[in-house]
Amino acid sequence: MSKKTYTLSVFTENKVGLLNRITAMFTRQHINIDSIAASESEIDGIHRYTIVVTESEHAVEKLVKQIEKQVDVLKAFFHEEEETVYQEIALYKLPASITQELGFFEGLIRKHNIRIISIEKDFLVLEKTGHRKETQELLELLQPLGLLEFVRSGRVAITKPMATLESYLI
Amino acid sequence: MTELITKIRGAEAVIKCLKEENTEYIFGYPGGAIMPIYDALYDYPEINHVLSRHEQGAIHAAQGYARASGKTGVVFATSGPGATNLITGIADAMIDSTPLVCITGQVASQLLGTDAFQEIDIISISMPVTKWNFQVTNAEEIPEVLAKAFYIASSGRPGPVLIDITKDAQFALADFTYEKCTKIRSYKPVPTVSTDAVNEAAALINAAKKPFLIFGQGIILSGAEQELKTLIEKTGIPAAWTILGLSALETAHPLNVGMLGMHGNYAPNVLTNECDLLIAVGMRFDDRVTGNLNSYAKQAKIVHFDIDPAEINKNVKADVAVLGDAKASLTMLIEAVDKNNHGEWLAKFRSLEAKEIEKVQQKDLYPGEGPISMAEVIRVVNEQTAGEAIVVTDVGQHQMVTCRYAKFKNTRSKITSGGLGTMGFCLPAALGAKLGAPDKTVVAVIGDGGFQMTIQELGTLFQTGANVKILILNNEFLGMVRQWQELFFEKRYSFTEMSNPNFVQIAKGYGISGKTVRERADLESAVTEMLQHPASYLLEVMVGKEDNVFPMVPTGASVSEVKLGPE
Ligand SMILES: Cc1ncc(C[n+]2csc(CCOP(=O)(O)OP(=O)(O)O)c2C)c(N)n1
Ligand SMILES: [Mg+2]
Repeated sequence: MSKKTYTLSVFTENKVGLLNRITAMFTRQHINIDSIAASESEIDGIHRYTIVVTESEHAVEKLVKQIEKQVDVLKAFFHEEEETVYQEIALYKLPASITQELGFFEGLIRKHNIRIISIEKDFLVLEKTGHRKETQELLELLQPLGLLEFVRSGRVAITKPMATLESYLI
Repeated sequence: MTELITKIRGAEAVIKCLKEENTEYIFGYPGGAIMPIYDALYDYPEINHVLSRHEQGAIHAAQGYARASGKTGVVFATSGPGATNLITGIADAMIDSTPLVCITGQVASQLLGTDAFQEIDIISISMPVTKWNFQVTNAEEIPEVLAKAFYIASSGRPGPVLIDITKDAQFALADFTYEKCTKIRSYKPVPTVSTDAVNEAAALINAAKKPFLIFGQGIILSGAEQELKTLIEKTGIPAAWTILGLSALETAHPLNVGMLGMHGNYAPNVLTNECDLLIAVGMRFDDRVTGNLNSYAKQAKIVHFDIDPAEINKNVKADVAVLGDAKASLTMLIEAVDKNNHGEWLAKFRSLEAKEIEKVQQKDLYPGEGPISMAEVIRVVNEQTAGEAIVVTDVGQHQMVTCRYAKFKNTRSKITSGGLGTMGFCLPAALGAKLGAPDKTVVAVIGDGGFQMTIQELGTLFQTGANVKILILNNEFLGMVRQWQELFFEKRYSFTEMSNPNFVQIAKGYGISGKTVRERADLESAVTEMLQHPASYLLEVMVGKEDNVFPMVPTGASVSEVKLGPE
């Protein structure tokens, strides 16, 4: 079965150790987590995890059912790329010297819609949000320019087709 | 001041919760971190405590109790090694859907994460094998958490729950009010049955020419035995059971066509690949049942009834899935199906059965000469218990033989470790079963290997005085492994032969009478003596050392390739 990228949205009670219980499901099914992000949701006391995997639909369906079966999990969904609006954030630390190449730097900032979020004596930190492909492109561009550090967040995603969370809470 | 008087220790709150849940028996073993709870228990003689000889024994006893009685088993253990010794039993209860509430003591909360004496992170360790677990560090939480624990363990698809309570929470004073839990917003244990799905299933059943029903423990867990019977009698559909479904339908029922799976009966395995409709109820298409999935019932439409949505399409894709409690679903289904009979189709099962009787069963049950066979021992037990006994087994050849040949009239009469296949399960589980069903004769059928995995529980039997009939089928081998070595590893018997102690002598040490039988002529009277003995009794029967269990679906083969013998 062909593998695809799926975004899982898992809504849970806010309990110690629950993330452990959820990630254990991935381990058991031998599914690698591409990225994971945790945050509150629109409802007080309910957490949401956004987890990205590359797997066959059948494997993901099984996985999501196992996750949803956990007592403290309210609801779990999985969606294909087209069904989600998503974003990732990446930070790039570069030597301050890069600003010397004036024309180039300005072009870069404009073209990639970059924000400069910190300027220090020796380095600066750039931020780019977008899809993985975009933050990856910038990474590859900056690597030869003496990139000092790079980090990318897990995906956060809002799904297009979904009933309100409240409707599952009755 | 008055406030102080109403407050009780967390430890006492635990015991009060158990009382509120009508706990009759606690199976446990004390130690430092659970001492306050044991101390509180001392003042509640109305709750019985069974002191095992090892925590694994305690939890298997609780499993046996739960499965015989339908109630939730309760287990106590201390922190560290006490808690880790429970893990095998918890895993067994998880995979066999047995309701348990395990309460473990934990080091004081300020010591958590410091590698304190007997500190173990039992929450993380037990996470993959519990339906739910929770660590209590505050005495105030105890009533609510335990109410949830009992609710979660017993509702929907049952399972084990572990509650870890720090020692300071056991000592701390807190108010006590108990309210049973009936709802958790993130947990929907029983899906509502869809009328549409039932009607779709009924339409397939009404149209089918060769329908075949297979059922598992879901029938027993939901109490749907009568509905199952009514359904098959109305529709005339032959029905076969998984190892955990055994005893849900009396073995002698004219539509009962036997056991599925690796060592199941010939007809139900072969005809799985011939039916036009497979109706699975409360079973999960375990690999031991299905054999090779790529050639499992491919010609048939599949209807799957289950309470657990995660079981649908997990191993076998369902054409129609009916989610919900088996009793509720079958009640609706009975209304929606036409009265029918499938005489010709049923006759096909009977004719394949005749082949199995001729090729396998006759010589298993009545070997006449040579060493005693396991099957003939079970036959003699059948003859003398008339299908009324609860039969508990361990794991191995004797387990498969017992499941194949034991006869049952009543539900909850067969207790065995199915999903995990835990050797050492039987002796303590049989003790628990006896306490859960005191009016029943309980026969524990155990191999010489498995007996020695929890042989120390003879001490528990001795101390409780429970009456359990221990039947050791001694082939002086880890028989099931030896069989595989014979069939698949060119008879290279790598570390499967057993030099055994004198079991009868050991039992005597525990005040349990017993006898060894070597001759066929002595078998019947020895079984009579065992059954009529007023207390526990150990009967060891020396059986053929290198007998094999057939039929057999070899690993990786299709169910219809089930073999009646080694060739
Ligand atoms: C705890 C555990 N360890 C190992 C096994 C693997 N195993 C399955 S059956 C079996 C042999 C059991 O021997 P015995 O208890 O004598 O029963 P027999 O097969 O001879 O009837 C073994 C070792 C197991 N199921 N459980
Ligand atoms: Mg043996």
